[in-house]
Amino acid sequence: MSGTAEVPSSGGEQGRAQPVLSARDIWKSYGRVAALRGVDIDVYRGEVLGLVGDNGAGKSTLIKCLTGAEYPDSGSIFLEGREVVFHGPLAARQAGIEVVHQTLGVAPQLDITSNLYLGRELRRKGVLGAWARMLDVPTMRRRAAEEVKGLGIATIQDIGQAVETLSGGQRQAVAVARAAAFGSKVLVMDEPTAALGVREAGQVHRLIASLRDRGMPIILISHNMPALWELADRVQILRLGRVVGVLAPDSSTMEEAVALMTGARVAPGS
Amino acid sequence: MGWRGWPWRRPLYWLQRLLHRHAALGPLFVLILSSVVFEVLRPGFLRLVNISLMLQQLAVLGCLAVGQTMIMLTAGIDLAVGAMMILSQMIMGELAINAGVNSVLALVIGVVFGGLMGLMNGGLIARVRLPPFIVTLGTLGIFTAIGLRLSGGATLFFGGSALAGSAISSSSNALLWTGTTLSVGSFTVTTGVLVMVGLYVLFAYVLAWTAWGRHVYAVGDDVEAARLAGVRVRSLITSVYVVAGVIYGLAAWVQIGRVGSVSPDISSTLNLDSITAVVIGGTSLFGGRGVMMGTLFGALIVQVFDTGLELVGVNALYLPLAEGVLVICAVALDHWIRAIRD
Repeated sequence: MSGTAEVPSSGGEQGRAQPVLSARDIWKSYGRVAALRGVDIDVYRGEVLGLVGDNGAGKSTLIKCLTGAEYPDSGSIFLEGREVVFHGPLAARQAGIEVVHQTLGVAPQLDITSNLYLGRELRRKGVLGAWARMLDVPTMRRRAAEEVKGLGIATIQDIGQAVETLSGGQRQAVAVARAAAFGSKVLVMDEPTAALGVREAGQVHRLIASLRDRGMPIILISHNMPALWELADRVQILRLGRVVGVLAPDSSTMEEAVALMTGARVAPGS
Repeated sequence: MGWRGWPWRRPLYWLQRLLHRHAALGPLFVLILSSVVFEVLRPGFLRLVNISLMLQQLAVLGCLAVGQTMIMLTAGIDLAVGAMMILSQMIMGELAINAGVNSVLALVIGVVFGGLMGLMNGGLIARVRLPPFIVTLGTLGIFTAIGLRLSGGATLFFGGSALAGSAISSSSNALLWTGTTLSVGSFTVTTGVLVMVGLYVLFAYVLAWTAWGRHVYAVGDDVEAARLAGVRVRSLITSVYVVAGVIYGLAAWVQIGRVGSVSPDISSTLNLDSITAVVIGGTSLFGGRGVMMGTLFGALIVQVFDTGLELVGVNALYLPLAEGVLVICAVALDHWIRAIRD
């Protein structure tokens, strides 16, 4: 397949810039249960795309397909216009798709720098790096400090602090910072605030908004409708493995989304 | 926690933070305190002669504790350390003494065999996903039995001993090199002690300054987070057990140099003593917390108590008693330091 396959238009999106990540007609079944039945998704630069749906609607399966954790039965995924096939989560990550999970994101006893660079540590140049495998700690610290500062996580003063000494919101902020750093192209956040209190969730929400403002495309899965309505530019609704609507919080209400989610209302044009 | 309400909670909180940041500080304090106490009880305890003697006695256990530390940092445990070390030295001894193999080659084969035993442990733990406690409890029995079977329970002597099958001059035998002494004034150490110190320096560096070292901590701290961050957890755990096995092989070399013979039953307490040293040294049983220098201090503490109690002239039974108290205190302290999360 040629490397420049065009993303088939999903209709109604003409005139906009090319989506950073998109998927077309994704099908996935587990045995006789069809989890995804021809799902399309597009996320553009500088937008937060909300993803909602009841349990079993296919949100997690869709995310797994997009991030290499599952392999779709059929359908195509395009990253920056080029078709991609991921054999495993690491491949998706190397391609620039980062996932932030509800929990389990960070190693609590390691410091912030080590967490940001976990799995992609920088080695020193020259003999020390090549033969003694010495890490370039000063550079990692400096860049980690810049990253944290750039994201406006002002409450973190000491980059050498163990993550377990941070609050839950700060910890999740570190997880988000790690995902957003290092030239990642798309962020996928799976219930990033579900384990946090209200104030701490607010911290993470501000972080998401500031990342969006820096141009990062974000797919945000959340059960927290009000927060989603505040943060998301568009909200895509899944029901029983199908997309039943894409709403703009500016022009639609939460009630409409809930009606689509539960099937109380049928999507316009279907 | 209850102590937050006390008037001296601020210094306590400060202490907790300090110990949280520097894992080797607690053991260093205990080491200095106990040394001073024994010096007071028995003047001359801290003379260079005695210190060099203690270091020589410590060399083997000190080496073993290096491997044990890294395993415990991954939240594992190795009950078979002593058995692996003994089997390694049996292989070296059998090859060099009974099979007439060149001593350098025998040493290399013995160390590689240590690594292979580690590979067996690591494979069962990381690939078959069995708990480290059970795997090493099993291999403890297996390696001990093989060691006894191999030797028939007999001790093999190097060089001029009456029991030696073949006479090997100790000066030309690489296996005995670790027994060579070096003196600076009244301070005398064996090359075996230098091997031990070298291992501590090397692995302190590896843990603190290489990606592999950071991954060791990450895996012990939170396996799932490490996996999500792209650490290849199973290979990492396997590699830790292999590296530990190689270190036990080097400990076997130190042991041979020290006593000049190879015996299948030198000390069955080495298995647990290595764990004692690591725990007293501030490494957490739950993984992810601890430093190599802490273990060195922990091993030194055990040795200071061992020699000190003997010099003071108390009943030998007080040593395991003192060690027991220290271990429990160390774990309690670790518990308190970890409570910083809340």
